[in-house]
Amino acid sequence: MLQKTQDLERPAPKESSNAGTVSLGTFLGFLSPAVVTLAAIGIAPLAFAIWTSMRDYNLTRLQRTPFVGLENYATVLTDSVFWDAMGRTFTLLLIALPMQIAAGLGIALILHRPGLTFLKTIARLSLVIPMATTYAVVGLLGQIMFNLKYGVVNQLLGFIGIAPVNWIGDPTNAFAAIVFWDVWQWTPFCALVFLAGLTTVPGEIEEAARLETKSWWTVLRYVQLPFLVPGLTAVLILRTADTLKQFDMVFTMTRGGPGSSTELISLLIQRIGFRAFDQGLASAQAVILLVITIVLSRLYIHFFYREI
Amino acid sequence: MREHTTTTPSLAAQVVLLAAIILFCLFPFYWMVLTSLKTQIVALQTPPAWIFDVTFSNYYDVLFDNAVARSLVNSLIVAVLTTFLAILLGTPAAYALARFEFRGKKELWFWFITNRMVSPIVLALPFFLIVRSFDMLDTHVVLILIYLTFNLPIVIWICTDQFRSIPREIDEAAILEGASQWRIFFSLCLPLAAPGIAVSAIFSFIFSWNELMYALVLTRSAAKTAPAMAVSFMEGYSLPYGKIMATSTLIVVPVIIFALIASKQLVRGLTMGAVK
Repeated sequence: MLQKTQDLERPAPKESSNAGTVSLGTFLGFLSPAVVTLAAIGIAPLAFAIWTSMRDYNLTRLQRTPFVGLENYATVLTDSVFWDAMGRTFTLLLIALPMQIAAGLGIALILHRPGLTFLKTIARLSLVIPMATTYAVVGLLGQIMFNLKYGVVNQLLGFIGIAPVNWIGDPTNAFAAIVFWDVWQWTPFCALVFLAGLTTVPGEIEEAARLETKSWWTVLRYVQLPFLVPGLTAVLILRTADTLKQFDMVFTMTRGGPGSSTELISLLIQRIGFRAFDQGLASAQAVILLVITIVLSRLYIHFFYREI
Repeated sequence: MREHTTTTPSLAAQVVLLAAIILFCLFPFYWMVLTSLKTQIVALQTPPAWIFDVTFSNYYDVLFDNAVARSLVNSLIVAVLTTFLAILLGTPAAYALARFEFRGKKELWFWFITNRMVSPIVLALPFFLIVRSFDMLDTHVVLILIYLTFNLPIVIWICTDQFRSIPREIDEAAILEGASQWRIFFSLCLPLAAPGIAVSAIFSFIFSWNELMYALVLTRSAAKTAPAMAVSFMEGYSLPYGKIMATSTLIVVPVIIFALIASKQLVRGLTMGAVK
């Protein structure tokens, strides 16, 4: 199967090549260090999490951790706190992702046009900055720039006549601030993915289309869009997974507050496990999150790695 | 229908849009550096000052503050060692995935990709309990190991791709001359794969350097990393804005430099190669 994927231009001479078949010792020597390490740190803890999730496991009373079966799971699945956090996580995704895709596509289309090379190079490099900024620092910056009194955001809004907004202290506004930073940080990612897609459109096809029509929309819809679909799929799945992972920026900026207005799923699990010390319940939540993640990964594999 | 058939936006409009994009991307960075150069009094001005007497005292304070300086050193130790380990363990595995045929390859791939998706909190809970029972909280080695869960898959992915791009004829010629697989790997393929290894090392470094949650959960003081340190500033009653932003700048600048170096590969790295 591998030969198919890697020797596209030249059919592999199967009988003469023994590169694919090596002794078991060599094979294990190459592969096992990584696999064993990753299993030890990535799978063994998961097994332990499943074990914990079936116990009444509280960090404040570790002498007694009785087995409770699926009770924690029943609690989680019927717990409105859990579903509220899930709801907030997907609300963030459903608000931020369309903005990221629309703005990202717009940016990609501008950068893809010929001309203004120097300015476009600067713009492309600028796109790297938000993506590379440490998530925790984004949260700190959020606290400072969105501060009610000292924040530059309210100053800038003042220039266009908008009264100071209490961003961090108000449930709805705090959520809006989180959406803002998510859009700031990940629109460049969408832009670069779409730009990569646009460059895969064969030049002669695009030129021929532009001779036919002057409408950029027609070109986008009928010529470029098919080449953008893989990137779009990747963006949809990865942004979903990353939003489910989202912790650092929100934790630093709002700690999930005010109230629980910005408590996304990862923050909830962290709070239950490390601030309410209920490791059993938190583990059950984590296992459910893991199941969702595995489904997402399967989808990703299905779309992108069929040939491996 | 006329509105829909507009041609290219005029050059002036393009320039304005591009300037807006650049401004949007860079402004928070600019504001971070600007705030790091303010004294506490200037930082607490309403409305915020754009022009003021620049001071470097925040950087001086931060770099000569034992806790912050140590946290930067901790971050460096952890990020460098975990990157080194990921390369050491990951490149042979990548080579095997690129060159050998075996059953279960697909499942192995699936597992690597899944690691990209798993929320760190899922591992943080059990890892914390295990590490605590070994009495190893607040040590470098724990962070170095847990960071492998995201570094190893990225190294393996990028390097597999790199090894595949090396023509098989090179291997086959060497095999005919009697070279072992290990020799081929070390003397032939590893040097040829240097660009891919460099890129995956950069990614591994960036992800480890930026990480917060594991550091928050698994360290207290001795092994505390810079992002966790920056966050702990926020726990005080009056926030030292300048110092926080100076620390932030020191955290972010190396990452940005590395990310700009690897900017051409950034999208491939973040999508595990699904988008070239």
